[in-house]
Amino acid sequence: MDIDLITQVLFAAIKTGTPLLFVALGEAICEKTGVLNLGQEGMMLMGAVVGFMVAYGTGNAGLGLVGAMLIGCVMSLIFGVLVLHLGANQVATGLALTIFGTGLSAFIGTSVVGKTLTGFEPIAIPLLSDLPVIGKVLFSHDPLVYLAIALALVIAYVANKTRIGLTIKAVGENPHAANAIGIKVLHVRYLAVMFGGAMAGLGGAYMSLVYTPMWVENMTAGRGWIALALVVFASWRIGNIMLGAYLFGLASIMHLVLQGMGWSISPNLLAMLPYVATIVVMVLISADKYKEKLLAPRSLGKPFDPRQMA
Amino acid sequence: MKMKSLLVGLGLIAGMSAAHAAEDPFKVGFVYVGPVGDLGWSYEHDRGRQELEEYFGDKVETTFVENVPEGADAQRVITQLAKSGNDLIFSTSFGFMNPTLKVAKRFPDVTFEHATGYKRAKNMGTYALRTYEGRYVSGVAAGMLTESNTIGYIGSFPIPEVIRDINSAFMAAKSVNPDVTMKIVWVNSWYDPGKETDAANALMDQGVDVLLQHTDSPAPLIAAEKRGVRAIGQASDQSSFAPEAHVFSVRDDWAPYYIKVAQAVMDGTYQPQDFWGGFQDDMLSLASINDNLPEDVRAKIDATYDKLASGEFHPFTGPITDNKGNVVVPEGHTLTDQELAQVNWYVEGINDQIPR
Repeated sequence: MDIDLITQVLFAAIKTGTPLLFVALGEAICEKTGVLNLGQEGMMLMGAVVGFMVAYGTGNAGLGLVGAMLIGCVMSLIFGVLVLHLGANQVATGLALTIFGTGLSAFIGTSVVGKTLTGFEPIAIPLLSDLPVIGKVLFSHDPLVYLAIALALVIAYVANKTRIGLTIKAVGENPHAANAIGIKVLHVRYLAVMFGGAMAGLGGAYMSLVYTPMWVENMTAGRGWIALALVVFASWRIGNIMLGAYLFGLASIMHLVLQGMGWSISPNLLAMLPYVATIVVMVLISADKYKEKLLAPRSLGKPFDPRQMA
Repeated sequence: MKMKSLLVGLGLIAGMSAAHAAEDPFKVGFVYVGPVGDLGWSYEHDRGRQELEEYFGDKVETTFVENVPEGADAQRVITQLAKSGNDLIFSTSFGFMNPTLKVAKRFPDVTFEHATGYKRAKNMGTYALRTYEGRYVSGVAAGMLTESNTIGYIGSFPIPEVIRDINSAFMAAKSVNPDVTMKIVWVNSWYDPGKETDAANALMDQGVDVLLQHTDSPAPLIAAEKRGVRAIGQASDQSSFAPEAHVFSVRDDWAPYYIKVAQAVMDGTYQPQDFWGGFQDDMLSLASINDNLPEDVRAKIDATYDKLASGEFHPFTGPITDNKGNVVVPEGHTLTDQELAQVNWYVEGINDQIPR
């Protein structure tokens, strides 16, 4: 592998990791308040299709992003009402949301199948992009890659250094205690769920506006699930999530690169790695006895009813 | 009570419409591996279905199921189509072969036609395109257009059909450019735009400047257009996705075959066979040859097309040696269609192994 190829591969890894990063950031905040939303894939797909339709209709990719975030919010609100207000099972409701989003996105997207648009052009950051290797890998991307990095930094700061972060943590660790000191637990959870929806919409829009600027059914191809696993891998720490997203990005393109170089490892084996990791994590997270060890928010997946005491 | 009257009403309507039609229309079902909107493989099959309907008018009624995974689900879908009264069922992807065969045995009164496979039965025939003809022209164009002498091939699954076409494209490229090499990447999907984009980028990162694909989405063309590299469209006219990069698309046209088979089954003259259609039968064509191609490339494309369409030239005419040094097609022999359906070697010069 020469240095040019390494540069190209790392560049591609960042790009591939970006949609994962958007979705995982949103889900991390959502889970930190104790709500497990498995509907990421469905919200991503809705974000992808609505983002594409708005961008295609108006000719403005920025509006597409706004549309994608809004539809992500709407989708997550459906989830929110069901699990927060009506106390429905979070896992089942999340799965239903994914199935619903997959079907609905395919249905409303039929009119734009086969269309394409320009989306976002890459912007090389002056000076920084001239650096050897790093310049190409980090500083010559499309604006959404920078947006994802900026969001990760802001969210890390808010989650760790501010009162908002503490509130989120309190609600996720012990909602009854939080309630007792006057935090409106359900309000916080609603906001977190909607934030997660908006971020998933953004991740979906990244797919349909930048990554593959077109709409096709099921185009996220399981990335919502990978993002969910990523949050657990990262033990709900924002810094780890960022790193993990790019690592997953690297893992998912590496098998293609190696094949092109004529390696004889079975490409199927390599291609399945991110998914195997995802399945393992999903199994662990759904078993109570492992949750503690993984540093999961203590009330993750449990409904909160202020009338009941812990 | 309300429910009951509703049911009675529905029954009446159904009864009326049945009485309305003088005789039951001939029902044809289609099973697609991708969405009809893939603008590639499944899209073209669906165009064939629509033309079938137009051709026969009221006499034929069609249904289709899209996005059917290759495997256990396929058998369920095909069974469902057979149960719901279809007289003829087309299953249009290689992976539907065993499911189709199983269902065909259970429903002897229904006729089945499976695309690109090699298993047949009393009531099940197969049909395929001579896609290697299209790939041969693609290879000639790629060999002439590449400046880095490296062409890239995005493969779906390492099955004979795809391997054969890789060989065809490579032999063609080699015939016009002895220095050419080919890089092959498998994405293990017929249709995954994200993966296909990744594969296209991985190939371009390694110096590939002409892309061929045996996957169904236009994503590789979009990726090529972005990076100023050439690409050839698959199955359907994909020129709109890459106005500059697009060389031409090899377009499938299934309608003539669908009409022929439906007619035969209706007349009771159907015999299962293994039908292969290509340039000669107008089931393959070159669509939207780009105006920005150099004159000599264009001329060579036309000449190669003519040679293949007239039957004057067959790419798999011996002697052909595989990349391990075995003679796979002896001098004086041309692979028969049966042999073409079983190609499992890379031709000499492809520096790679078929994944197992």
